[in-house]
Amino acid sequence: MEKKGITLVVQGRFEKTFLDQMARDIETAFEWPVSVVPLTHDILPFFDATRKQYDANRLLQLVHADYAAGSLKTIGLFQVDLFIPILTYIFGQAQYKGSTGIASVYRLRNEQYGMAGNERLLYERFRKVVIHELGHAFGLIHCHVPICVMRPGTYVEDIDQKKHFFCNKCAAELELALHKD
Amino acid sequence: MKTTISILIVDDEESVRDSLYNWFIEDGYEVDCAANAKDALAKIESEKFDIILADIKMPGMDGLEMHRRIKAFDSSAIVIVMTAFASVETAVQALKDGAFDYITKPFDPDDLTHLIRNAARQISLRNENETLKNKLVTLENIEDIVGNSDGMIRVLKEVENVAPAHSSVIITGESGTGKELIARAIHSNSPRKFFPLVTVHCGALSEDLLESELFGHEKGAFTGAMFNRKGRFEMADGGTVFLDEIATISMKMQIELLRVLESKMFTRVGGNKEIKSDFRIICATNKDLKKMVAEGSFREDLYYRLNVVNINIPPLRDRKEDIPMLVTYFIKKYCTSMSRDLITIDQAALRRLEEYHFPGNVRELENMIERAIVVGNGKEIRLKDLPIETDMVSDSNDSLNELEKKYIQKTLEKFDWNISRSAKALQIDRVTLYNKIKKHQLSSPRK
Repeated sequence: MEKKGITLVVQGRFEKTFLDQMARDIETAFEWPVSVVPLTHDILPFFDATRKQYDANRLLQLVHADYAAGSLKTIGLFQVDLFIPILTYIFGQAQYKGSTGIASVYRLRNEQYGMAGNERLLYERFRKVVIHELGHAFGLIHCHVPICVMRPGTYVEDIDQKKHFFCNKCAAELELALHKD
Repeated sequence: MKTTISILIVDDEESVRDSLYNWFIEDGYEVDCAANAKDALAKIESEKFDIILADIKMPGMDGLEMHRRIKAFDSSAIVIVMTAFASVETAVQALKDGAFDYITKPFDPDDLTHLIRNAARQISLRNENETLKNKLVTLENIEDIVGNSDGMIRVLKEVENVAPAHSSVIITGESGTGKELIARAIHSNSPRKFFPLVTVHCGALSEDLLESELFGHEKGAFTGAMFNRKGRFEMADGGTVFLDEIATISMKMQIELLRVLESKMFTRVGGNKEIKSDFRIICATNKDLKKMVAEGSFREDLYYRLNVVNINIPPLRDRKEDIPMLVTYFIKKYCTSMSRDLITIDQAALRRLEEYHFPGNVRELENMIERAIVVGNGKEIRLKDLPIETDMVSDSNDSLNELEKKYIQKTLEKFDWNISRSAKALQIDRVTLYNKIKKHQLSSPRK
C-alpha cells in the first residue's frame, strides 16, 4: 500500500488555527503532505492515578496500533501530562527509525512555571518538540549543535534556546532518510 | 579507537529497560540490555561497556553484588546504580564499593541526562592521550560563520585557541556582526559542548527579572512565583552561559555577577540554600567597556574578571570581500526555508552591496537578501529589489562629474535602463538623460 504522508493524531482541544499552522510547518520541514485526524479513543485507561500522569509508552502503542496504518509517519499530539516508568515526565517520544511518535503541550505552557501564558511561545515550543520527535522517527539522533532542533532538551528553556530547523548535518541525514522512505 | 559510548542497562523490569533503551539510543549511544545480573555479567565478559546502569533490587543476585563482580573483572567500568528505594544505606554502600553515582527512580530527565554526560566526560578525559592533545584542532559547527577575509580568519583562529580553555571571553563588535554565532562556536568546540549553552539577553530584561532569570527563584519569592524555578546559572551546570549585551546590566547586578564568578556559588531569589554550578562565561557587547570603566558605569573588577580573552569581530564594511560569499549563503538559506528554487544575484546588485557601508552589518545584509527574495522576480536579485538608499556623497571622494556619472548609471540599472522611468526619477527630461548617457559614455549591459 502506498504511504500517504505524515498524520497528526490530535487528542483534546487544540485551536484549528494552531493545528493548521502545525500541519503547514511539518509539511515544510519534512516535505510530505500532512493530514490531521482526531484521536477518538478514551484515554482515561492510560491514566496512572498514583503519578497523576498518562503512560506515554501505552499511548504510543495506541497511536501506533490504531492510527498509523497507511501513513509514512504518525505523531499523536496530546494535551495531557506524559510519563514513562523511569522518568518523572517527558515532552514527547518516538520510535527511533520507526513510524510513530507522541508529543504533549502540557509541560510547555508558561503557566506550569508560574509565568504568564504565551500562546505564540507555546506554539513555537510545541512545533520544535513535534519536529524533534519526527526527526527520531526518521532515524536522526540527538545533535550537539546549539540551535539544531535535534538538540536534546529536558526543560522548556532548552527548547527555547534551539531553533525549529535542522543543522546542515542533520538536514543532510534527513534528506537521505526522506529519499529512503 | 571506539568513538561511541556504550551503555549496558540491567533491570528486571522490561518497561524500565525499554524506556532507558529508547532514551539513550536517541542520544546516539550504543545500548544493550540485560534482565538480570547473570545475563549482564555474561555480556560484560564478552564485550566492553563504558557505562553500566544497574538496578539494585533484582531477583537472584542483587545490583550491589553484581557491581562488586563487575569491578573485580573490569575496574575501569563506570557503574551507576539505580533503585526505587531511596535508602541512604544502599547508596553509601554502592559508592563505597566504587560506584560512579547513584540515582533514585523515577528520575528527573535533567538529572539522568546530567549523570550520563558526567560519566561520558570522565570517559572522554580518560581516553585523552598525548596524540589527541597534539592533534590539529579543526573547528566544528561553524557553518553559520561565513567569510574568508583576513579579519574573519583571525576571529576563527582566536575561537580555535580559546575554545578548549575555560577562560571567560568578551566578544565585542558592532550590532549585527554575529557575536552570538561566535559564542556558539566557542561552546561547540569546547569540552563543555555536551552540556547546555544558555543564552541570556541582558538588555531585554529588567533588573528584577534578570536576577530571577540568572539565579532562579523559590516558590513564593515574589507575587506570581508559584513554583520553584532553576536559574540560568544552575541550568548551565557543566556548560556555558552567554550573556549578551552585558553593558546594560545595573551596578547591583554587576556586584552579584562578580560574586558568582568568584565563588561559582549563589542562592535562588527567596531561597537560602547555596547552589554550586560549574559554568564558563562568555559575554558580548557593542559598547566600549573600557570607556565605561573609565566613566564609572562599569565595575573595573568585573571588567577584568570577564575580559580574560577579547575577540573583536570586524564590521562588514571592513571585510567587504566576504559579501559575495555571504550573499550566496543567505540566498541558499532563505530559498531553502521558503521552498523556492535557488536564485542568483545580478552583477549591478552585487556591486551595489559591495559599495554599501552596512551600518547594521551582516544582520542588515541578511534582512536585505531575505526581503529581495520575497519581493523579487524569483530568478535573480536585481538592484531594484534591494532597499538601499543612495548614499553616494558621504561615501565618496569623487568629483562632481564622477558622482553624476555614477548616480545616473545606478538609476538606469535600477530601472533596467528604462529611459522614461529613469528620467522621471532623476527629475530631468528624456533628451537631457540621453545627452548625459552620451557624455558619460554609459551603455546598457544588454547591448
